[in-house]
Amino acid sequence: MAGIVIDGISKAFGNTVALAALDLAVADREFVALLGPSGCGKTTLLRIIAGLETATTGRVLIGGRDVTNLPPRARGLAMVFQNYAVFPHLRVCDNIAFGLKMARAERTRIDRQVARTAELLQLAPYLDRYPAQLSGGQRQRVAVARALAVEPALLLMDEPLSNLDALLRLDMRAELKDVLREAGTTTIYVTHDQTEAMALADRIAVLHGGRIEQIGSPSAIYHSPATRFVGSFVGSPPMNFLRADAGRLMGIRPEDIDLVDAGAGLPFRVSVVEPLGAQTLLTGTTDGQVVRVALPGEHVIAAGATLFLRPRPDRIRWMDAATGNALAQAAG
Amino acid sequence: MMRGRALPYLLVAPAFVFLAVLFCVPLVQTIALAFQTGTGFGLGNFVQMAEDLNFNDAVVNTFRLVGVAVPLQMLAALGMAVMLGHLRAGRDLVLWIWTIPLGLSDLAAGLVWLALLNDQGYLNTVLFHLGIINGPESWLTYETPMALFAAIVIAEIWRSTAIVMVVLVAGLQLVPKEYAEAASVFGASPWKIFLRVTLPLLKPSIQSALILRTVLAFEAFAVVLAIGGRNFPVLVSEAYTWQHFNQAPAIAAAYAVVVMGISLAATVVYLRVLRTPAAQRA
Repeated sequence: MAGIVIDGISKAFGNTVALAALDLAVADREFVALLGPSGCGKTTLLRIIAGLETATTGRVLIGGRDVTNLPPRARGLAMVFQNYAVFPHLRVCDNIAFGLKMARAERTRIDRQVARTAELLQLAPYLDRYPAQLSGGQRQRVAVARALAVEPALLLMDEPLSNLDALLRLDMRAELKDVLREAGTTTIYVTHDQTEAMALADRIAVLHGGRIEQIGSPSAIYHSPATRFVGSFVGSPPMNFLRADAGRLMGIRPEDIDLVDAGAGLPFRVSVVEPLGAQTLLTGTTDGQVVRVALPGEHVIAAGATLFLRPRPDRIRWMDAATGNALAQAAG
Repeated sequence: MMRGRALPYLLVAPAFVFLAVLFCVPLVQTIALAFQTGTGFGLGNFVQMAEDLNFNDAVVNTFRLVGVAVPLQMLAALGMAVMLGHLRAGRDLVLWIWTIPLGLSDLAAGLVWLALLNDQGYLNTVLFHLGIINGPESWLTYETPMALFAAIVIAEIWRSTAIVMVVLVAGLQLVPKEYAEAASVFGASPWKIFLRVTLPLLKPSIQSALILRTVLAFEAFAVVLAIGGRNFPVLVSEAYTWQHFNQAPAIAAAYAVVVMGISLAATVVYLRVLRTPAAQRA
């Protein structure tokens, strides 16, 4: 178990800056998600931490030890790859034991760890099979078991659920959270899926253009986005941003808008109604600006109707229209 | 509809006819010829072949050549293929230069090495000027069998390692680099990664390369003849001798059948020993 310090890490590919002098501290046993759209630098950062990529400047410290110039094998970490990278020529048990065998662990420890992680990830019946004889979800579990078996100081995960179909992804997400909580390993988890980051992480670092836009608890990221980008990237549908007075934008989540009586709020002309069951999503315009509203599912509304909206004052997030940064939040 | 159904067969037909007329018929004829004796069919030609003075030497030399050249070629080609994979710039240029020997005919390659190694060759000249030898030295005679053998092995390796390398380079490109990355993260040194991950995943390509190379090595002829002449008989050069100098095509056919049998046996061994079960494929 160990804390991680990313100290001024930058990475340039030719003239392209992938990461710009990035700082990040992850506490021991903490789960941090690196969240961002593709090309934001999150995978590059993970690969630099792993030692698979070299940083242009900066240092990586794992448990207080500077590992910047060490090869991956000397960093004491484990990784789960996006397409699993489970060795096809090795049986499940040999895949799980791989890291311990490389570390020349004792036979008894290898056997114990293989049995324990296989139990944890429900792989016990498949230990003698080859990966090609498993389903995608089972291969994913082998990749996680292989990583946990070495009891790493740090676990890195690169979009581990993105190759699974939607239903399996939900199952695996919950399972992963359970397993990782039990293991208590410091984890850095890369994803472009904001629900995954929200569901799993203690803290989320939102990356954009090679910089950390905001780092904080899922609730802080969701309710108090530091920038317009964070508000529009996190949440589905994203936060609304409405032009207000004095170069300000009013940020408001679709579910933080109430319907009020005629004349008591902003007039809103509904163009699209999407009844999703738990919620009904409305898309329409207010004062020429597109707004999305999420109402509880029981509302029945027809497209073309005109409604009146009132944002909940305590949920409004004021932004600077020019910079996209959040302003000091004054009431109302 | 009829034309649609017949079309694939029509398209295959030229290749089929080509193989039947120019491969299958001569093959059957050669086998028949090998077993033909004055009175009918039998093993007479094989007995006469085996009783010839050069037969034992030819068998031993052929297996020595295959046994030494093929493993060395495999090692060299593996090393070259892996090195090529680590090149960032100039990869295509290096690959192109390394494959130049493939464009040369066997005989030309043999003559190049003869020019280098004979008693008036470059090597003699260089060693003389360096004062290492006092005059022209002959290495390619029956009196210097080890040097002669070494020269043939070197020429064979120079000439045909590239084909093995090309097969392995193609094979390496099929192995996703995530496997090596995963192995390095889980504590494997570069050497361990090569041994435990790259090599096993490359097995199908190694199998193809070995079959190709071994079969061709059992048929080595022009390089051997150019450098060794009659001093280094191999199976195929003996077949040539019986056919053209001794005017005994039946004995030559017997040699051809023996070479074919050995090649088939080697192929079967490789197919079995280096089999990759379906379950272990990526």
